[in-house]
Amino acid sequence: MDKQSPILELKHITKRFGNITANEDVSLEVYQGEILALLGENGSGKTTLMNAIAGIYYPEEGQIFVNGKEVSINSPKDAYDLGIGMIHQHFKLIDVLSAAENIVLGLKDKRRYDLKAAGAKIREICDKYGFDVDPNQKIYNMSVSQKQTVEIVKVLFRGADILILDEPTAVLTPQETEKLFNVLRNMKQDGKSIIIITHKLNEVLEISDRVAILRKGRYICDIKTSEADTQQLTDAMVGHAVTLNIERKVPVDPKDKIIVKNLTVRDSDGVEKLKNINFTARTGEILGIAGISGNGQKELLESIAGLQKIETGSILFVNEDGTEEELVGMDPKKITDMGITLSFVPEDRLGMGLVGNMDLADNMMLRSFRHGHGLFTDRKAPYELAEQVVKELEVNTPSIRTAVRKLSGGNVQKVLVGREIAAAPTVLMTAYAVRGLDINSSYIIYDLVNKQKARGVAVIYVGEDLDVLLELCDRILVLCDGQVSGELDGREADKQQVGLMMTRLGGAEHE
Amino acid sequence: MFGFLLSFIPRAVSQGIPLMFGAVGETITEKSGNLNLGTAGIMYVGGICGVIGSFLYETRTGIENMNAFLGILIPLVCCLLGSLIMGLIYCFLTVTLRANQNVTGLAMTTFGVGFGNFFGGSLIKLSGADVPSIALSRTSQFFSAKLPFAKDLGWFGQIFLSYSFLAYTAVAMAIIASVVIFHTKLGLQLRAVGESPSTADAAGINVTRYKYFATCIGAMVSGLGGLYYVMDYASGVWSNDAFGDRGWLAIALVIFTIWRPAHSIWASILFGGLYILHIFIPSGTNLAIKELYQMAPYVVTIIVLIFTSLRNKRENQPPASLGLSYFREDR
Amino acid sequence: MNRIPLIHISRRKDIVWYKAWLIRIVAIILALVLCGVITMVTTGLNPIKVYAAMIDGTFGTTRRIWMLCQNIAILLCISIALAPAFKMRFWNLGGDGQALMGALGAAAVMILLGDKIPNGLLILIMVVVSIACGAIWAVIPAVFKARWNTNETLFTLMMNYVAIQLVAFFVIVWEVPKGAGKIGIINQNTNAGWFPQVGGSKYLLNIIIVAVLTIAMFIYMKYSKHGYELSVVGESEPTARYVGIKVRKVIIRTMVLSGALCGVAGLLLVGGTDHTLTTTLVSGRGFTGVMVAWLAKFNPIYMVLTSFLIVFLQRGAGEITTAYSLNQSYGDIITGIILFFIIGCEFFLNYKVSFRKSHKEVA
Repeated sequence: MDKQSPILELKHITKRFGNITANEDVSLEVYQGEILALLGENGSGKTTLMNAIAGIYYPEEGQIFVNGKEVSINSPKDAYDLGIGMIHQHFKLIDVLSAAENIVLGLKDKRRYDLKAAGAKIREICDKYGFDVDPNQKIYNMSVSQKQTVEIVKVLFRGADILILDEPTAVLTPQETEKLFNVLRNMKQDGKSIIIITHKLNEVLEISDRVAILRKGRYICDIKTSEADTQQLTDAMVGHAVTLNIERKVPVDPKDKIIVKNLTVRDSDGVEKLKNINFTARTGEILGIAGISGNGQKELLESIAGLQKIETGSILFVNEDGTEEELVGMDPKKITDMGITLSFVPEDRLGMGLVGNMDLADNMMLRSFRHGHGLFTDRKAPYELAEQVVKELEVNTPSIRTAVRKLSGGNVQKVLVGREIAAAPTVLMTAYAVRGLDINSSYIIYDLVNKQKARGVAVIYVGEDLDVLLELCDRILVLCDGQVSGELDGREADKQQVGLMMTRLGGAEHE
Repeated sequence: MFGFLLSFIPRAVSQGIPLMFGAVGETITEKSGNLNLGTAGIMYVGGICGVIGSFLYETRTGIENMNAFLGILIPLVCCLLGSLIMGLIYCFLTVTLRANQNVTGLAMTTFGVGFGNFFGGSLIKLSGADVPSIALSRTSQFFSAKLPFAKDLGWFGQIFLSYSFLAYTAVAMAIIASVVIFHTKLGLQLRAVGESPSTADAAGINVTRYKYFATCIGAMVSGLGGLYYVMDYASGVWSNDAFGDRGWLAIALVIFTIWRPAHSIWASILFGGLYILHIFIPSGTNLAIKELYQMAPYVVTIIVLIFTSLRNKRENQPPASLGLSYFREDR
Repeated sequence: MNRIPLIHISRRKDIVWYKAWLIRIVAIILALVLCGVITMVTTGLNPIKVYAAMIDGTFGTTRRIWMLCQNIAILLCISIALAPAFKMRFWNLGGDGQALMGALGAAAVMILLGDKIPNGLLILIMVVVSIACGAIWAVIPAVFKARWNTNETLFTLMMNYVAIQLVAFFVIVWEVPKGAGKIGIINQNTNAGWFPQVGGSKYLLNIIIVAVLTIAMFIYMKYSKHGYELSVVGESEPTARYVGIKVRKVIIRTMVLSGALCGVAGLLLVGGTDHTLTTTLVSGRGFTGVMVAWLAKFNPIYMVLTSFLIVFLQRGAGEITTAYSLNQSYGDIITGIILFFIIGCEFFLNYKVSFRKSHKEVA
């Protein structure tokens, strides 16, 4: 790259949320016609930093320069006016409106309101970069990838020169990702600058010209992609080489505990979320479930927990004495009433596993409130349990009476996992148990899961970090598009193999 | 039968016009995501402010010297100002201070109805009338002036042309609101704010400004309903509590028309008809049964409410953010 | 382009209790000052004298204090009835209709069974019928909400007016004398179905009943399994399902309770004090109760305070209308303004407003 002046420059940006510092003293430059990858772990402050450029947050300290001039970006509109457009991870589209209506939304021009003209311009943009959008289609009829396309067209329609994409591939199939990357390359050719937020190294290497790395809210370094290698990027991202050293003992006397046969689940729109799933979870074993998020993991765990309406298939629970119980058609209360202790750490902690506005003790009570005498809840036991969890898992909280939503992500997760494990389950299911947690907390969670395994619990561990899955799990089930793409031995599987299976049904021929 | 319709329809229409104003105003408000349960109060305030304006004008100038233009303009401006202030209070509390919309709306109704009755009562006392009402007959004559040729057109004139300018204003408002909401950029952005304020915000739309704007316009339109009621329907006679529960009926209409202002034209006339149906149904000596007929508008609304929730069609649902306040950094 | 937002608003994490109360008290004082100014401008009266008259009008005589307590009791009864529904995020705006139905039930029993059965049994039937009537009126919208997610705010609101017309119908059916258009005092001669007087006052029994119910509701919401379930449902339905709480069942059960207690309020009005039935018997307490419950953060004990505040304003204003020959509705204006201030001040409890001076200085 020539020594040109940057089109966008951040100087000493600091953004705090209360006592938490999301970004500290970050400085960054973006040049015209380049694709910059912003790399960092979950929670490293990538999205917050970009939101500050896009006008969603206003940074407490620091300056932003566009084309060499200092600017103050107070709203997304200011950002658009400066030619900056961001495609958020959660699409900002309005369901009941059409693509064209969404695209012209918020547009400031003096011309008459004319959806037809807008439609023509949209088609023109689509032809130029190779998109496929029907301007008149309503958003609620669109697939995820179509919605993303609408988002990108929206930004281009506004004449953005700097595009920010927040983890755009997280929701895409490999083919869709490839298509997206082609479009991004076309835009680069056209002189646009693109910032792509990601934590996937292969994508960084494939698409970007330069990588900037954030760690714990701080700017670490930036490297030309052509000079970077995986090891170097990983080191910069996590701070030390990834040698996880998670303890993994050989399972003791595994017995079948949960047998899933031909399980098929549809969502409320009638889309098949799980197709003919078969597998078995065994006692004293950790069964890892790998897959790109949104490929049926949530539905699978919720089916076992009795929270999903099941189309066909059976889920059997094997008792100590070898007899089997059908779990299909049960709800969580019936499952508990049958004497089965099934612990479940769902993905959406404050939306499903916990009640954000209740304190720690009351959240402990979620599992035990039926235990009290007669009409009343027993409030003493949950309080003691909360104290115990706080002590054993080193939860950082002002008090037991603090509302859970006021805790940080890692502490919320400890509260949830602590409660679920305290029930002394026979089956433990966790979804993305370490998402958003720092390294230390993650290890505490691995350790807890391993302890449950040693107790003879059948553990089902849904994860996104392949390195962890490969070091923690005894067996790995790979999901792709709602189907079982393959099942591997955790000790023998390699990362490429799992990666392939995640993106392509069946992956490489194996077993 | 024809004779019945000839006398029934004009009465249903004039009964329906205040509801139409209320419903159109409330629809505009709700499209921005604000559920304003204070509509009943706003309509009272609109009505009484008009009454105050015209009372002052009538008593200062004397009935003989009144000018038709000022006689209409003064109450109109007073009414719009009063309801605008109510709209501003609602917005300040729910948008700027993010207070609960239901509670704010109910407090507005308490305040508005109290305001109307207090000043109504004070004026009654001032005018020294021996009946508990105040009559502004001259102003009412200005307001209820009909089209000059209506009488010459027989039944057609009676059904379609026998109303005052405010009635046609209501219909015009409904049509304008419908066009603006569904066919202009302004309307598109307003719907966006009501559906998803965070999305609208990200698109560079000033959510606060839109909410204020729509709610205040909505309040002013609703307020006209109160003005029409006193000046035209009630022939300039203000008596306390006479406006009754029409404000709530207007809110019911919004649901009944599934948030489409153009539909409120026929729907409010239908409701107006249901409201007075009991007068027309012969019940002989059984007066009690008439009270049951008066349930009709509410029962019909409940049925519509149930049906729209049963059918669950995406386009017929309330604005998605209805009743929720928006705080940017909450996301 | 180089502007920096002057005011920065952020959500508060916590607020010290005395600060919270300070904010509320300041808000009420500001509201009173504003009301005073408005009083001066519109009526030319000295606001201090007006407020003094209000206090005298509320506490001046024993009878006034009894009336104050009676009014608090009925308003409180409806407010505690609404509280569990609101806690469950079910906007029950139908308190008026439910209480009116309870009143209708009680009056019907008094009129139809009046002197045919022993008084004790009569009162027992009145209790059962009015509770059932209130509960039925509440459970209809609840079933639709639970099953098809029908908007409960609007449904319960409409049910009020259906109830009013139903009462209007029966008032004419049972009118005494024929053609009067009203019922008058029911069983004036026999006092059948009238609640016994306790401590020489017809108000005391009502007050005791409501006091007991308030404490019971406090315990129910805070310590019972049902109370816990309804809070979880209100906070997050997915979480409720996750622990096996049947959301529909909880919604319906809570609304039965809510309607039943509103029914009790109607019963207390008919059997305890008024001994008659009119369409305006409940006089909007269903709506006032919404505000009472919300201002008290759905805590029944705090509701004693908030309902006192509102009843004081209305009673006091009612008394000054006679003292200064103002209009009855003056009280509604004052109540409205004070509510605006209390509603508005909640913002300062939940959010922190800070001013930025330069970009180096951290807010």
